Amino acid sequence: MSDLAARSGTLHSAASAGAEPRDYWLILKPRVMSLVVFTGLVGLLLAPVHLHPLQAVIAVLCIAIGSGAAGALNMWYERDIDALMTRTRDRPLPAGRMAPGEALGFGATLAVGAVLMMGLALNWTAAVLLAAAILFYVFVYTIGLKRRTPQNIVIGGAAGAFPPLIGWAAATGTVGWLPLILFALIFFWTPPHFWSLALYRADDYEKAGIPMLPVVAGARATRIQILLYTVLLWPIALAPLLIGAAGWIYGVAAFALNLAFTGLAARLLIERGDGAARVMFKFSLLYLFLSFAFLVIDRALA
Amino acid sequence: MMSYEIDPKGVTLTPEQVRSRRLRNIAIGLVVGALVALFYAVTIVKLGPGVMKPPI
Repeated sequence: MSDLAARSGTLHSAASAGAEPRDYWLILKPRVMSLVVFTGLVGLLLAPVHLHPLQAVIAVLCIAIGSGAAGALNMWYERDIDALMTRTRDRPLPAGRMAPGEALGFGATLAVGAVLMMGLALNWTAAVLLAAAILFYVFVYTIGLKRRTPQNIVIGGAAGAFPPLIGWAAATGTVGWLPLILFALIFFWTPPHFWSLALYRADDYEKAGIPMLPVVAGARATRIQILLYTVLLWPIALAPLLIGAAGWIYGVAAFALNLAFTGLAARLLIERGDGAARVMFKFSLLYLFLSFAFLVIDRALA
Repeated sequence: MMSYEIDPKGVTLTPEQVRSRRLRNIAIGLVVGALVALFYAVTIVKLGPGVMKPPI
């Protein structure tokens, strides 16, 4: 493939050696994948059905590969704007190490493979949910919303909220209240998470012409929105207690985490500069990780 | 579009291109091998104890 690419003169520079395995790994967005795998695994662990360990491993593997496929297809579509932003211009496609067709073929193959493997090794409910998540991320978020509306990551956040549903469905073959609450938790967590990043990367997004909220509505409106979403998260984070799916250990943790998240959002509203936004972004990752971790810990100790 | 001279000996790869192609081949080999092992194992798991008692 790289030979053809080199001859076409448009895909690789003459000096390019072609993509290495590392580049194929990088276009799977491994950092996004790690959080997707973790939330999917929690969905699977909380399900009331016991899976054979190998099937559990395959379910998590399919979620990981599906997430990677969506990442690769996203990088294929966004190679033009990735080249404009400091944060993304060293990615394999804009850097010229990989031809667009390679990323497209790789992503599409992985997507189909992950969905088929999920269907054959686990069940078709989980497979359909996995396919829906990939298609939503690629067609609704990446192609449909991202370049058009500041609500891009709000609606697009649904794609990232699928993993606990998929994990639960892999074990049970159905969808339940608890995974739906976890879906809502990730869905309402996504805007404050992404907008904190967008606050200190607004120049980059503006340069690439992406209508992120800080670019379109300004920093102050974004900070207010972030605070509103952290308030909205309270009833969702405490909902597992109300339906009896979690006990006091999770309850105490969720209360403390939400208190800190809302507190940091309030601080963001008062303090100027990038510092508070960076702290908010980092804490948002910790918030989601710990919220999910404490659900499992609570269940294990109950 | 740019024009190219066709080399009768075909495309000559640079040492870097040969290296990255070898790395890609090794990676594909490892992935295919892992998938073979995984599909074999999951077949046994899905068949369950029934695999030992085939219907006649």
